[in-house]
Amino acid sequence: MSPASNGTDVELPERRALPLLARALISAAYGLAIGAAIAFLHGQDLVTTLVYALCISLLCWGCLDVGRRQLARWLLARGGAGNVDARDGWPGWPWMLLIICVGSAVAYIGGTALGDRILGLHTPGLFAQSSVRDAMVQLLFCLVPAAAISYYFYSRGVLANREQAIALAQRQATENRLKLLEAQLEPHMLFNTLANLRVLIALDPPRAQAMLDQLIGFLRATLSGSRALEHPLREEFARIEDYLALMRVRMVDRLDTHLDLPAALAELPVPPLVLQPLVENCIKHGLEPALAGGRIELCAAREDGMLVLRVRDTGVGLAGTADDPTRFGLRQVRDRLATLYGTRASLTLEAAPGGGALATVRLPLPAAA
Amino acid sequence: MHASALIAEDEPLLAASLQAELAIAWPQLRIVGTAANGVAAVEQALALHPDIVFLDIRMPGMSGLEAAEAIAEDWAADAPLPAFVFVTAYEEYALRAFEHAAVDYVLKPVDAARLGRTCARLQAALQARAGTPGGTPQVLSAMLNQLKDLLAAPGTDAALGGAAPRLTVLQASVGATIHLVPVAEVLYFEAADKYIRVITAGREYLIRLPLRQLLQQLDPQQFWQVHRSVIVRAEAVATAVRDESGKVELTLRGHPVRLVASRLYAHRFKPM
Repeated sequence: MSPASNGTDVELPERRALPLLARALISAAYGLAIGAAIAFLHGQDLVTTLVYALCISLLCWGCLDVGRRQLARWLLARGGAGNVDARDGWPGWPWMLLIICVGSAVAYIGGTALGDRILGLHTPGLFAQSSVRDAMVQLLFCLVPAAAISYYFYSRGVLANREQAIALAQRQATENRLKLLEAQLEPHMLFNTLANLRVLIALDPPRAQAMLDQLIGFLRATLSGSRALEHPLREEFARIEDYLALMRVRMVDRLDTHLDLPAALAELPVPPLVLQPLVENCIKHGLEPALAGGRIELCAAREDGMLVLRVRDTGVGLAGTADDPTRFGLRQVRDRLATLYGTRASLTLEAAPGGGALATVRLPLPAAA
Repeated sequence: MHASALIAEDEPLLAASLQAELAIAWPQLRIVGTAANGVAAVEQALALHPDIVFLDIRMPGMSGLEAAEAIAEDWAADAPLPAFVFVTAYEEYALRAFEHAAVDYVLKPVDAARLGRTCARLQAALQARAGTPGGTPQVLSAMLNQLKDLLAAPGTDAALGGAAPRLTVLQASVGATIHLVPVAEVLYFEAADKYIRVITAGREYLIRLPLRQLLQQLDPQQFWQVHRSVIVRAEAVATAVRDESGKVELTLRGHPVRLVASRLYAHRFKPM
């Protein structure tokens, strides 16, 4: 991290750009190279020219680096929070050109004065040049390299930031998929189901086979659901039917279910596993804690040009869910809806009339429907 | 040897299966009852006095850990505590620490060899029966508390190692008004159904919070749990009198109520 600034989020992406010292050294090296070239071409004393070149280049770099950063911060503070470049300490080219012009002039005058101090010499100042043209030429020696180096640093920073953004997005996507799988293949659910299956194999082989088929359907949906983009609503209902059948083996008469899918809506495409986490929440937070269990109702309807999916349970209700880790299920569904449909889709969770919880998903209907 | 056991498991097939496996691993063991939830488990355990209680950790109404605590607190003082064996579908890492302790656990689906080892250990403990196959109340209470913290649902503060910030002010609503009650003014907390009663010298408030969650946000030096449903501010306690059943009666400064510290927590009150 650069010691020059201790801003918080302003700085974050800059870690991947060149560090402060490296930027200073590169600038100094350029300055020395230019100085050496001038000394050679004009036949001036090498050491003297290098001292001036070093003073001017370091000062120039200092003006530009501090200038762009302060300006970027100022732009951010002025309300350009969405200005990604500014957050990276980059005010944009128009502003940058201004900084380069002013910074070069300041650095040229200041650097020359500094060189004079160090060497005990007196160089005629910029304004003492014989003509405006001479002054401009002198300035250009400073301005052109400054612009070139600025461009070099800028493109490096852009590349680094882009790489970082891509890596971050990839990591987030992987993490989300993993979390989704983990939530779906919750070990308690899986091992309790397997324990039941194990008992059934000895007691009731045909029922065990049916249960195994349901488990296979559930696992297949879970594993492929994190990859596919959409599937027909009837498929979503079938997977939930599998899941609920598994839960019925475990909960017996504590679980009552009712699924209602109108035939006209059966083929509408929906994101896979959009309802599954909601149904799992009903079981986990509504019915499992209730001594007597309860009922889960799932229905689909077309309302105001939207596909409306409702998941309702008669369980213990929403009290105390505020601190529940299960919000992952809700958040994950919300995130996916937002990614796929933006603000056109929604998920709400509320207390159901007469007790329990009601989750409602609203999706835009496909254009053809 | 002849011993009796109670099975608490909410999934009927699994309860039947555990019973069948036990019949093979320990034919003389008498299953005196099965309970389908935590509340029934406590009732049946207190009524039937089994030597061993098999408790599913996840049950409706009351978790297996809460049930064990309730059973231990209300157990007859002159009888040794039963041995607790927790049954769980998923081998939470935390459970391994308890394999060789007075509290044991088995996994679902039940593994015959593992259940055999548990049975052998239970038999040895009952044979020795120096009085407490289930451990002393102190040991049990410490263990249950540890287990509860460790098994708290992932993502909650408890699972993150007690990272919960300390509460300094409680916010209790009375009608449309929110009352801010400094924690330092609280004499004691008592869990009542889904609420916690907050008692100060002047008046009483209700907050809606699980007691366990509240406990994590209180300074353990200042606030002592003395019963599964009572947390008292140590400085508010004036006297503690032990009766012959092992329970301790507490009187408070500035409040006429008499609280009872159950024998799981009575060990906190001893002369220096």
